[in-house]
Amino acid sequence: MRRFDYARAEDVADAVRYGTRRDALYLGGGTNLVDLMRETVAQPAALVDVTRLASTIEGTETGGLRIGAAARNSLVAEHPAVRQRYPALARAILAGASAQIRNMATVGGNLLQRTRCAYFYDVEGSRCNRRSPGQGCDAIEGLNRGHAVLGTSSSCIATHPSDMCVALAALDAVVHLAHEDGERSLPLTALHRVPGDRPDIETVLRPGELVTGVELPRLPLAARSTYRKVRDRASYAFALVSVAAAVEVEAGIVQDVRLALGGVGTTPWRARHAEETLRGQAVGEPAFRRAAQAELAAAVPRAHNGFKVELAVRTVIGVLNELTREEA
Amino acid sequence: MSLEQAPLPLGPSSWAIDAGPDPLAARQGLIGAPLARRDGPAKVTGEARYASEVRLDGMLYGALAFSTIPRGRIVAMDTSSAERAAGVALVMTHHNAPRLHSTVELGTAERAAAADELPVMQDDRIRWNGQPIAIVLAESQEQADHAASLIDATYQPEPAITRFDQARADARPPALYQGDPLRQTIGDPWTALAESPHTVDAVYTTPRHHHNAIEPHAVTLAWDGDELTVHDCPQAVTHLAWSLAQVFGIRQDQVHISAPYVGGGFGGKMLWQHQILAAAAARLSGRPVRVVLSREGVYRVVGGRTSTEQRVAIGAEDDGTFTSLVHTGVVATSRHNNVPEPFIKPARCLYATRNATFEVKRADLDMLANTFMRAPGEAVGTFALESAVDELADRMGVDPIELRLCNEPAVDPSSGKPFSARHLIEAYRAGAERFGWEARSPRPRARRDGEWLIGLGCATATYPYNRFPGGAARITINRNGDATVEVAAHEMGMGTGTVQSQVAAERLGLPVEKIIFVLGDSSLPGVVLAGGSQQTAAIGGAITAAHRELVGELLKLINCDSPLAGLHPDEVGTIPGGLGRLDDPSRSESYTAILAAAGVDTISAEATAPEGMEQLEWSMHSYGAQFCEVRVSVITGEIRVSRFLGSFDCGRIINARTAASQLRGGIVMGLGLALMEETQVDGRSGRIMNPSLADYHVPAHADVPDIEVMWTDIPDPHTPLGAHGVGEIGITGTAAAVANAVYNAIGVRVRDPPITPDKLLRHSPGR
Ligand SMILES: Cc1cc2nc3c(=O)[nH]c(=O)nc-3n(C[C@H](O)[C@H](O)[C@H](O)COP(=O)(O)OP(=O)(O)OC[C@H]3O[C@@H](n4cnc5c(N)ncnc54)[C@H](O)[C@@H]3O)c2cc1C
Ligand code: SF4
Repeated sequence: MRRFDYARAEDVADAVRYGTRRDALYLGGGTNLVDLMRETVAQPAALVDVTRLASTIEGTETGGLRIGAAARNSLVAEHPAVRQRYPALARAILAGASAQIRNMATVGGNLLQRTRCAYFYDVEGSRCNRRSPGQGCDAIEGLNRGHAVLGTSSSCIATHPSDMCVALAALDAVVHLAHEDGERSLPLTALHRVPGDRPDIETVLRPGELVTGVELPRLPLAARSTYRKVRDRASYAFALVSVAAAVEVEAGIVQDVRLALGGVGTTPWRARHAEETLRGQAVGEPAFRRAAQAELAAAVPRAHNGFKVELAVRTVIGVLNELTREEA
Repeated sequence: MSLEQAPLPLGPSSWAIDAGPDPLAARQGLIGAPLARRDGPAKVTGEARYASEVRLDGMLYGALAFSTIPRGRIVAMDTSSAERAAGVALVMTHHNAPRLHSTVELGTAERAAAADELPVMQDDRIRWNGQPIAIVLAESQEQADHAASLIDATYQPEPAITRFDQARADARPPALYQGDPLRQTIGDPWTALAESPHTVDAVYTTPRHHHNAIEPHAVTLAWDGDELTVHDCPQAVTHLAWSLAQVFGIRQDQVHISAPYVGGGFGGKMLWQHQILAAAAARLSGRPVRVVLSREGVYRVVGGRTSTEQRVAIGAEDDGTFTSLVHTGVVATSRHNNVPEPFIKPARCLYATRNATFEVKRADLDMLANTFMRAPGEAVGTFALESAVDELADRMGVDPIELRLCNEPAVDPSSGKPFSARHLIEAYRAGAERFGWEARSPRPRARRDGEWLIGLGCATATYPYNRFPGGAARITINRNGDATVEVAAHEMGMGTGTVQSQVAAERLGLPVEKIIFVLGDSSLPGVVLAGGSQQTAAIGGAITAAHRELVGELLKLINCDSPLAGLHPDEVGTIPGGLGRLDDPSRSESYTAILAAAGVDTISAEATAPEGMEQLEWSMHSYGAQFCEVRVSVITGEIRVSRFLGSFDCGRIINARTAASQLRGGIVMGLGLALMEETQVDGRSGRIMNPSLADYHVPAHADVPDIEVMWTDIPDPHTPLGAHGVGEIGITGTAAAVANAVYNAIGVRVRDPPITPDKLLRHSPGR
C-alpha cells in the first residue's frame, strides 16, 4: 500500500509547518483529492487536514465578506449575506456537483480542484502533460468536447472545472494565503495559471502555501449578480459553458460590468475584453453580442468543442439580457 | 380471493393453439393488486445480503489489471512489485493461470451464459482495450487494488480496428441470431419507394451504451475439492452454474450459485471474465475469493449495447398508407461474438406494408464483446423507426398518431401470423386523451414560455412476448396450509418474488402471507433467464404446471370417503384454502384436511412448463404509446423533459405497483438514451474514456419529471395469467418520443442521440 502521513492542523501556523514538508498536500473535504489518490494521479507523502481551520463567514471593515477556506460549499451557498449581496456566488455553488459533495467540499479545495479531463485521470492508459510533464496530450487530437477554447496551449487544453471560481472571478474576489515565509493576498484571477508549456504548474502558489480564505470586496452591483450554467443534464454535470455576471446600468448605458466564464477556459475566465467592450455602451443585444464575441475572438476550438464559442456568446447575451431586463 | 367466487379451474396444460385462456387471467383479487415489495424492508434496512457482502472464512480480495492497448501481445509482464506488496497472496497472469476449458457463448447452448468464447487469461494475446491481464489476490481490497496498479505490462501492439468508419466498409451479414438471419424482403420495396408520392429516407445513429446497474458486478466464491460455491448477482443462476462447470471441467451440480438479490442487471449480469478469474485464482490460492468490479472495471470487462447506424425509408400514399418500409443498417460488433443488435425487430411487426426490407449487418471491431441491454434491438430500433414515422407525418402534414393508426396491420406483416393480442389503438387513444395531445401544434416553434420552446412528441413502443424453454417450479404445501414455491428465478429489483407470490396465492387459494417464494439459487428447479422480459411468463407457466401436478398428487392422497374422491384434476378447482368440485363447489376439502387425513406433513410437486408453443402460433408482442413534452431553451439548446406519459398494452398487469415502476424505470432509461447516455470511446485506441458515473451521464433526479403510466389491462388469451413481461417495453419508443418532441419544440431534427445542446445549436437561430 502507498503509505502517507496524516496530520490534522489546529491552526494556520500548524498547517503551514506541516505543509512545507516534501510532497505534503492539504486536505479539504477530499472530494477531489481522495479520488486523485485512488487513481494514483496524486501520490502525496503526507496529508495535512485543514478542515479545522477557519470556516467562518463574516463581514469585513471595508464592507466586504470574508470566507474561511474550510467553509463547506453548502454553508457558503446558504449564507444570507452571500445570497443577498453576492447571489452569483450562491448560484454558482449550487449549480455544482451534488448536495452530498457540496456538504463535504471546502472553499479552499474548490479553488484548487483539478481538471476533469478524462486523459488526466487515466494514468494507465493515456498520455497527459499535466499529470506527467513531457508525455504528450491525448486530448488535443482525442475526445475534447469538454475541453477549453480559451487560454489553451499546444501542451494542454484542459478546462478548469469549478463553478464557484467563476463567480469569484467575476466578483473581484481576493484569495488570502499563508506560508512559512508569511502571508499574502492575490486576486483570484491571478491564482490560476494558463498551461503554457508547463501545464503541471497549475497555480502561482509556492510549495506549502495554504489558502486561508477568500474575500469578497464591497460591490453593490453584485447584489444583482447571477450565474447561469449550461450543461448536458440538469444536475451533477460539469459546465459546457457558464457565465457569472453583474451589470450596472444607468439611463440605458452600461456603467459597470463584471463578467466571467466557466467551461471554456483553462482557468476561471474573467472576461475583461468583454467588459471593456461593454462599458459605456447602450444596453441591448448588439452590444452584448459584440462584447461576447470580443472575448471569444481568441478562442482556439478543437474537433469537438467548437460549439462552446457560439454557446458562450449566446449564454452571455442571455444572461446580460436577463440582468438588464430586470434592471428596466 | 373472495368466498363468492366459483372454484378456479386449473390452468391449461399447454399453451398451444387449442388451449383455452388461463382462468386466472380473468380473476380479480390478488391479480393486479398493488402489493408492496415483500423484500422492501430487508432492502431498506440493509438486512438483504448481496454477493459483495458475503464474507467467507479466510477470504482474499481480488483486483484486476487491464490492458491499455486494443490488440497485440503481451511481451513482458513485471509483477514483482505487485507480488512484494503488502498483503498480496497471489498474482495470476496468463503465465500461471490454471488451464481452463472454453466458455460457451450465450445462445449456442441451452445454458450457455458467456459473452464470447475467447480464452480467459490463457495466452499472451490482447483482443480489446481493457482486457484483464492479471488478477491480484490480497488480504484486503485496498491492498489488492494497490498491487494491481503496480503491474507493468509491455506490449507488442498490432494494427487494430477501433473505429466504426474503419470497420464499416467490410460490414457483412451476421451469423444466425437466435435462429434469425436478420434479413428479410417482402414484395418490391425499392420500386414501391420510388413510386410513392410521399417518402422519408434518413440515417440514424446511436452510440454505445452501458448498463450501469446500481450494484457493480460482484462475486464471492469458494472451492471445496471440486465443488464450487458462488455468491453472485447473475440474471441466470442455472446458466451460470452450467457455464462455470464447463470452464472448470466439472459437473453442473458441483457448482452452486446463490443469488437471492441482484442489484439490477439490464442484460449485463451474465458470465464475464471476472467470475472465471475469481474462481481460477481461488483454485490457485486455495482460499475463498471476492471480486467486486470497480465501476471502471464494469466498463472494461462487461460489454454494453453496441453502436448502430440505421437507415429508415418509408413510402406512403396520399392517404397515409405505407407502400414501402425499409429498415437496414450496420452495427458494430466485436470480432469474437454474435450479438448483432437486432434493431429491425420493431419494424417487422408494427406497420402494414406490402413491400418491405429489413437487414442488419455487422462491422467487426477490436472491442469488448457487446451484449444485450434492456430491449436489445427495440430500444434503438424504435428510435430510428419512430423518428422516421414522425418525419413522414410532418412532411405530409398529418397527425403522427393518425398516420400510425392508419397503418395498423391485421396480421403480423413479416410472418403473416395472427396477433395474440394487439390493442395499440386503444393505448394511443387513451394516452392521447390523458396527455392532452390535442394541445400540440403541428407546426414547430409554435408554443413558447419565455426563452423555452415547448414541444410534444409521441412514438410507438413495442417489445416481444417471450417464454423460453426451461421454466420449472416446485410447490410444497405443509400441514399448516403454508405453501413454498421454488424456482431458479431472479429478483433483480423488479419485484419477481412479490408478483409471483401473488400468482401462487391466487392459484392455490391461499392468502399471500401463506406463500414463501424461494428464488435465486441454482439448486432450485428450472432454467429461467431473467431476460427478454420472459420471467413473468416463464414462472407463471411453471407454477401453472407444478400446480396441476400438485393437484394430481393431492387427489391421489384423498381417501375414498372424501367429497373429492375419484376426481380428475380438471374436475376440481381452487377454493380458498383448498380444492372444490367445479360442478358442485359445496363439495370441497382444504389442503390441511387432506394432509391430515392422509397423515403426511407435506406434499410437494415439481413440473416443467410446456414448451412455448404459443410463440409459434401467434405474433406476440407488447405495445405502447409514449408521449413526451419537452422544453428547449432557444438560447442554449438545453432540453428539459417536462412531462411524460406511457400508455401500454402489455396483457394483464399482475401487480400495479411493481409494473408501474418497471415501466417508469424503462422510460427513465429511455430518457437517458435520448438525451445523455454515450459510452465514449477514443477512436485511436478503442479505449473507453468515461468509465464512471460522473462522466457517463444517466438521468439524475432533476432530469426526470413525473412520469405517468397507464395500461389497457387486456389479458392476452394465449399466455399464462394473460400477462406479458413489462421489464423492457418502457425504454422502447421513449427516445423517439423525446426526439419528436424536440423537433416539435424547436424545429430541429436530431438523428444522432444523445440530443445534447451542441446538436441543437448548429441549427437554431438562438432567439
Ligand atoms: C462527481 C463530481 C461532480 C462534481 N461536479 C462539480 C461541478 O459541477 N462543479 C464544480 O465546481 N465542482 C464539481 N465537483 C468538484 C468539487 O467541487 C470539488 O471536488 C470540491 O470543491 C473540492 O473541495 P474539497 O474540499 O473536497 O477539496 P479536496 O479534494 O480536499 O482538495 C482539492 C485540492 O485542493 C487542495 N487544497 C484543499 N484545501 C486547501 C487549502 N486550504 N489550501 C491549499 N490547498 C488546498 C488539495 O491539496 C487538493 O489538491 C464535482 C466533484 C465530483 C466528485
Ligand atoms: S488536456 Fe491537459 S490534462 Fe488533458 S490530457 Fe492534455 S495535458 Fe493532460
